[in-house]
Amino acid sequence: MREPAPPHVRRGWIAAQAGLAVLVAAPFVLTALDRAWLLPTLTRMLAYGLGAAALDVVLGYGGLVSFGHGAFLGTGAYVAGALIHHAGAATPLLRWPVEIDGSLDALIAFPAAALAAGALAFLIGAVSLRTRGVHFIMITLAFAQMVYFLVLAIPEYGGTDGLMLPARHRLFDLPLDGDQPLYWVALVLLVGFLTIAQRSMEARFGLALRGARQNERRMRALGYPVFRIRLVAFTISGAVAGLAGAVLANQAGFVSPDLLSWQRSGELIIMVILGGQGTLFGPVLGAFALLLLEEELSAVTEHWMLVLGPLLLACVLFFRRGLWGQVVRAPAHG
Amino acid sequence: MAEPLLQVERLSKRFGALAAVADVSLDLVSGECHAVIGPNGAGKTTLLALIAGEILPDAGRVAFAGEDVTRLKVSRRALRGLGRTFQLTQLCAEFSARRNVMLAVEARVGTPFHFLRRADSLATLAARADAALVMAGLAERAHVPAGLLSHGEQRQLELAVAMAARPRALLLDEPAAGLGPAETAEMAARLAALKGRVAMLLVEHDMDTVFRLADRITVMAEGRVIASGAPDTIRADAAVREAYLGEIADA
Repeated sequence: MREPAPPHVRRGWIAAQAGLAVLVAAPFVLTALDRAWLLPTLTRMLAYGLGAAALDVVLGYGGLVSFGHGAFLGTGAYVAGALIHHAGAATPLLRWPVEIDGSLDALIAFPAAALAAGALAFLIGAVSLRTRGVHFIMITLAFAQMVYFLVLAIPEYGGTDGLMLPARHRLFDLPLDGDQPLYWVALVLLVGFLTIAQRSMEARFGLALRGARQNERRMRALGYPVFRIRLVAFTISGAVAGLAGAVLANQAGFVSPDLLSWQRSGELIIMVILGGQGTLFGPVLGAFALLLLEEELSAVTEHWMLVLGPLLLACVLFFRRGLWGQVVRAPAHG
Repeated sequence: MAEPLLQVERLSKRFGALAAVADVSLDLVSGECHAVIGPNGAGKTTLLALIAGEILPDAGRVAFAGEDVTRLKVSRRALRGLGRTFQLTQLCAEFSARRNVMLAVEARVGTPFHFLRRADSLATLAARADAALVMAGLAERAHVPAGLLSHGEQRQLELAVAMAARPRALLLDEPAAGLGPAETAEMAARLAALKGRVAMLLVEHDMDTVFRLADRITVMAEGRVIASGAPDTIRADAAVREAYLGEIADA
């Protein structure tokens, strides 16, 4: 016997399916309207949506405010970018301890990006998760800054100038050239992650993670290994953020340290909070809203930040459960 | 006497200049109810925290089920069957009453690292959760978020959660805290019904509850054990009357 889903959860499913229908129709509609040049922007939104949803697992469900997810996003982007770079230059990515060549195969590059970002998240999490609250925020920020300056110090990858990529990855020997193929890859990754994450947040793992946010003391007293549960969540979240970074690298044909910066980490947090933390779909909506606002406002005025700030503030103050909470009319608590 | 389930030997804990728990020894036999009483600040809650592993002692030893657990983490002790309720209710406030109990039922069955199967999909475990709610008198309130239950209901849920994990020994930190006379009697009845099924180490201020439930009583004052024995002996003990029981009567 399972608990009956509350009405706002059912409305959420309907809204999510409607959103998916719109995203599936978008390439065809935009092409028909001669607006296909908007597709790369949508791909970028999907990638950031994936990154924000990944952060939501840690932030919304785990209650852990990670200020370092830019590092995982950027690591994924750089791994994907470096593989293309070395494949183009026909030089090995790594000579020691094992020789690793560059690769144009997406089936190698995307998992590699996730793996590298996940490994980094595991290491950072293993230290950071021993702290709480503000300390956790600061220590994840500090680690992310370390990664930022490390990448900056590799001359091979262009330092502050970033790295132009000569090509995109190929999937099943088909190049991801043009706007549509990469859009579909991004959409499939996002839908796949949301489906799995939604499920696992209702599975034992998700309940343990959410329980530890609400009452860590009770969960320990029941025998839950709170630290290990959080570390697994943090690692998975970092890996998926890396995947989002790999999409971004392919979409832009360019990677720069900007992707690793604390501003990126901050933007991801804003997307989660704006969209509604602990809802998974909300942060995706938040990513779309924030990027759209940035795009539109920066076209109107160069002081767009002055407008964006109060808008975000108003959202947080008046929509207690974020934009998604407004969409599904969620109750203020529970 | 049988080998004790829980054995505390010469446990000490200082907070700065304050000896919160000093040289305390006691034990708990399977199925018995051992009450720890004493005035406020006697170190009872600190003693429970030491036994549960939330704080580590400066000296002394805790053995549970024949093993030394003095340095073990809280969650490890819990997995060995050491359950606990708190003086201030500790529940997952956003989860329904049923989900709180479900978390407890699952705590000692398998691992929490299941990612794709719904948590309440195993019928045997769900049935155990529902049974625990019925026992606690919360069947009607199963789907209410724990944070929205009344204080009395939350205290019942706290006990139900601790019992749903099927502990071998239960540390009870003032289960009747903040309850009215009727609710206190109800709580005492529930605890009496649990007697024999689980060993209880009971810290409680309500003397009616203590003398109704306890097989043995240990009296603490200023971090030390000043008396220990059968309820009748304790009732008659002059030092105890002076240190504690008299105080209550005068108040």
